[in-house]
Amino acid sequence: MWLLLKYTLLYASVLALVALGGMFSERSGIINIALEGIMVIGGLMGVVMINILNAAGVPAALGVILTILAAGLAGMAYSSLLAFSAVNLKADQTIGGTALNLLATALAVVIAKRINGSDSPKISYNSTTNKALCNLDFSFQVGKLTLNWFIVVAVVALFAAWFVLYRTRFGMRLMSCGEHPQAADSVGINVYKMRWCGVLISGVLGGIGGMAYIVPAVGDWNFEIGVAGMGFLALAVMIFGQWKPAGIAAAALFFAVFRAMANIFDSIAFLNAMNWPKEIYNMMPFIASMVVLAFTSRNSRAPKAEGVPYDKGSR
Amino acid sequence: MKKKNTAPRLGSTSDSLGSLLASLICILAGLVIGFIALLILGWITLAQDGNSVTFGEMLSKTWNSGFKAILSGGFYKTANTMGMGVRAEILQAAPLIMTGLSVAFAFKTGLFNIGAAGQYTVGAYFALYAALVLKLPWWACLIASAIGGAIWGTVPGIFKAFLNVNEVITSIMFNWIGLYGVNTLIYQGGTGAMYNTNTTKTFTIKQVSPESLLPTFNVTIGEKGYFGKMFLPTIGIFIAIGVAILIWVVLNKTVFGYELKACGFNKNAAKYAGINDKKNVILSMTIAGALAGLGAGLFYLSGSKEWEPLVSTALPAAGFNGISVALLASSNPIGCIFSAIFISHITVGGGYMDASIFPGEVSSIISGVVIYLCAFSLLFKSGIRKRFTPKTRAAAGNGKEADA
Repeated sequence: MWLLLKYTLLYASVLALVALGGMFSERSGIINIALEGIMVIGGLMGVVMINILNAAGVPAALGVILTILAAGLAGMAYSSLLAFSAVNLKADQTIGGTALNLLATALAVVIAKRINGSDSPKISYNSTTNKALCNLDFSFQVGKLTLNWFIVVAVVALFAAWFVLYRTRFGMRLMSCGEHPQAADSVGINVYKMRWCGVLISGVLGGIGGMAYIVPAVGDWNFEIGVAGMGFLALAVMIFGQWKPAGIAAAALFFAVFRAMANIFDSIAFLNAMNWPKEIYNMMPFIASMVVLAFTSRNSRAPKAEGVPYDKGSR
Repeated sequence: MKKKNTAPRLGSTSDSLGSLLASLICILAGLVIGFIALLILGWITLAQDGNSVTFGEMLSKTWNSGFKAILSGGFYKTANTMGMGVRAEILQAAPLIMTGLSVAFAFKTGLFNIGAAGQYTVGAYFALYAALVLKLPWWACLIASAIGGAIWGTVPGIFKAFLNVNEVITSIMFNWIGLYGVNTLIYQGGTGAMYNTNTTKTFTIKQVSPESLLPTFNVTIGEKGYFGKMFLPTIGIFIAIGVAILIWVVLNKTVFGYELKACGFNKNAAKYAGINDKKNVILSMTIAGALAGLGAGLFYLSGSKEWEPLVSTALPAAGFNGISVALLASSNPIGCIFSAIFISHITVGGGYMDASIFPGEVSSIISGVVIYLCAFSLLFKSGIRKRFTPKTRAAAGNGKEADA
């Protein structure tokens, strides 16, 4: 039972972080389908940083903070490519995002192979290869429950997102750009700047989310599979959560239970007795999201202007 | 020309010269970025070894053991013994044409079929099942693969038409459901009917059911055949080109194609004109799925690769490269043939680079950059139009009349 709770919280923190990122971007009016790619880049940067800091012999606590920062910055840098094409060049946001997803996996594989100096796109960061700083440093124990620092980050991010969105001038302005950019512009809000902010925030959260998915759960990662659809699942979480922080938190927990089953089904007696292959459990979160979307999409409250490039000339 | 150009996704056919130029600029920029990436990779490798090299040496090394292979693709000298390289390029181009057509066809109806990868996967399963278990002849296997893909395309279509769920999200979910499902069905805990426990792959079609393999052909140059006896390419490429022409005819010369495009341009206007938009959305996704599925059939029935259920944890690249193919071709079915050959060319060439320095995925980076640029190719197009308008407008007008 503790194991189920551990993995549920782990995946819930990933989904919540990335879905919050998607929320900031879409609230500003940019569809961010590149979250999957941003996660890959953030995860790669985090893992590379772990190896660099491990070699440098940095104390674990400082290492954890630095690597999380690096992952967030890498995600932010990568998301700026989306912001540039979607905001400044008014490109199709879905296509631009798809391109960034493909590019991210290719880049990650090339970089991983280069780092290994071999044909293997697998980077390890477990306690046998990394003595000073490894994946175990990101977890801590509360009684029988194993938690990790990303859960803390996710909880802080949830409250911060709620506060920023509903209690600050910036949040109100951001949302207005996603609902009616022409009106926002007419009262002197710089729509381009707001949309850039929205996408960059999503990049930071997506990058950290990517690292949260890769690092605490396993000791090495094969970058050929990217993040295996987790970014897209986060988009479903965002839609299910109706673009609101509280909704996203609930939806993330719901989907995380399904995702966690794939990791631990063989240690739960009655699931193990059914003798289903692992792939069925891998499929479950995706099937669940299809069912949920089918029931919720009809009265969904998406930001009105999302996906529409803002052109000052067409005001 | 007064029309406001707000639908870049549909790839307006009215300005085909501009589209072609824009695509060429995208390709050129992609190649330049690819070259720079290779240069950096080469520099890092040499710096690791502690050698000091001049910039000129670096350039020549990048060119000779890296970029030259990408540019020459299947024709790369050392790899093309007995036509092997060219065969690989043809073999990969056929499914790419099909997935490209799949994405392009959905684009025409205003849908973004990101699910080509899943439809391709399910098509592959149907083709392999028809070949390895039912032992049907090749044409029946191809039909089976198209049916498999069609089923996987229809469901997102239904979700879009009746439940208003964005087709991008549903297709992505269906990609993963399809991949995990197919792996499970083929493996079945090691007892699957088409799973060979010795090789951990599916059985080879050649052993189990030779008549399920696509027929092959050879080109005679002088006295000798260009392709060695063991390396004959299949007729898949001709089937793909034939389908591309068929799709062009359907889109441009039939009422059905007109209705589909009308839905893509303006759904409400199409509805007002009495076109059943829901039916068209579903049909468009079904046909798009069938095209992607058929692509998988063309690839797996060539007998050069088996499905490996235990290591296939990533979605097949052919599905996503189909997006590059369609965008590069501005959704023109005939253009898809050429852009698919281009993508296949650089992918095959990428594999021939000196792998100790240059990972083959550099060609994926190039195609990724190309799509990224295609996303705002409208900007190039309007730039090109501005530059050439006074001279070419008359010519373009004439050309259009001749077209009609």
